[in-house]
Amino acid sequence: MSTAPAIREDAFRRRAWPRVAAVALFVYVVYACAQLDVSWERVHAGLDNAARFFSRLFPPNFTRSDLLIKGLTESLEIAVLASTLGIGLALPIGLAAARNLMPAWISWPARFVIVAARSLHPVIVAIIFVKAVGFGALAGILALTVASIGFIGKLFTEAIEEISDKQVEAIRATGAPFPSVLAYGVLPQVFSRFIGFATYQLDSNLRNSTMVGIVGAGGIGGTLFAAFQRFDYDYVCAILISIIALIMIGELFATAIRAIFIENATFADLFRRGEAMRHVRHSEDD
Amino acid sequence: MAAPFASATPSHERIWQRFTRAQRLTRFAVYLAVVAAIVLAAQTVEIIPEFLADAPEQMADLVARMWPIDFAHYPDAIHAALMETIHIATLGTLLALVLALPVGVLAANSLVPSMAINVLAKLILVSSRSVNSLVWALLFVGIFGPGALAGTLAIAFRSIGFVGKLFGEALDEAQRGPIEALTAAGAPWMSRLTFGYWPQVRPAFWSIALFRWDINVRESAVLGLVGAGGIGMVLDSALNLFQWTRVAMVLLAIFVVVIAAEIVVTQVRRRVI
Repeated sequence: MSTAPAIREDAFRRRAWPRVAAVALFVYVVYACAQLDVSWERVHAGLDNAARFFSRLFPPNFTRSDLLIKGLTESLEIAVLASTLGIGLALPIGLAAARNLMPAWISWPARFVIVAARSLHPVIVAIIFVKAVGFGALAGILALTVASIGFIGKLFTEAIEEISDKQVEAIRATGAPFPSVLAYGVLPQVFSRFIGFATYQLDSNLRNSTMVGIVGAGGIGGTLFAAFQRFDYDYVCAILISIIALIMIGELFATAIRAIFIENATFADLFRRGEAMRHVRHSEDD
Repeated sequence: MAAPFASATPSHERIWQRFTRAQRLTRFAVYLAVVAAIVLAAQTVEIIPEFLADAPEQMADLVARMWPIDFAHYPDAIHAALMETIHIATLGTLLALVLALPVGVLAANSLVPSMAINVLAKLILVSSRSVNSLVWALLFVGIFGPGALAGTLAIAFRSIGFVGKLFGEALDEAQRGPIEALTAAGAPWMSRLTFGYWPQVRPAFWSIALFRWDINVRESAVLGLVGAGGIGMVLDSALNLFQWTRVAMVLLAIFVVVIAAEIVVTQVRRRVI
């Protein structure tokens, strides 16, 4: 009776719903392309343009390097100051938003601040600050500070909410006041993740600080956009190469700082084990 | 009793320290460099103090000019642009998925055991990521002219690096067992991919796709500032004409769409993945 082999379900059985979804997706793509006026003719016409466009991009023109360096320096300053301010403000806000440490009447307003800071793109926030504080680096710093509060605040809150209660309870049991609970029970548990967010945010701010200039908030972006509008494409190319170089150097620094603080590397290690550095994982978000 | 004991064996007395001297020096150097960078940046950055002092007043003025929000403008101009933004984000994400899958496969050493091809694929992914989507948009506006096509391609090209990198990592982290079983059974390369890897990385793939779509909805809202279509173009023209009530309406619309996209992503992730 029980010797009959059990009928197993075929693990790779073809199901109906992926096909339905694929058809629906295809219909959507056709509809959306029609809505956006995306057609093969336009792409084809663009390809001819592309050849002309790229021939005008090269060779890059580095003759106005003083303006270029000034813009890049300002971008770097914006990134450093916005990260400092943003991280400084995000820590208390993120702590206040952690539901395992704070009562609801503190955590909900703090969470709202974080969601609001995250919802708009930094360039749009920069538009508002350009109106409030005028053209220049200050608007860029404030815009990226808001973006940093949103990003670091969210991740820091999540990190605190995921900590182990045991250490917190142990410190509390000794009769320690709240600041000591934070310093010895909470912060050691989230420090390495915090270094990860902070270096990531510096990296992200550096990327965005080269863009906020498009709306007049300082940095190289203004020079880039002006050159683009004047069809000064060889200078555009020089600016783009410099921006990419700056971002890549920034990424190297961020990786080095993560290795030093998370893997306890020394300078000697950094130079010695280039291979090991590649294993330092970093999260990616915009 | 204890004191003479300790002094009798001074060589065994150890001070416990968490880090070696080199580690402490390295950390100290980083702290020093960070402080120096902050001080240097704060000293040299050009900030006009009058503008800073004026900020609260200007902010109040801005809010006053934005009120009342011009809701009447929504049906005749903003709605179409908003839909265009969502189409740009969705089509751009789909195109990026199609383009990033092969590159991600080529970047995974366990699937394509050729260092040269891996490095080339990784180079494509890195260059895609290191160019901001606004810069991609500028380039595509230069090639295809202003409009949604440039925006869609900008979103797609920026997303290739992101999706490809995360997908390649998911492939490299897949468990070897099922793949080795398939290889031992003589399965061809394609079958190993579809029956060995794909079931393992499918949840990661969909969650990367959703994550990127959420980011792209935010990003596509600003592409219009450089002429690449969507609601950014409406925002740009309202800003240039100082129609602050319309600016407020556009900002509100973007805010609502971004929050809605985040809710959709959270719900889909909870139910499907």
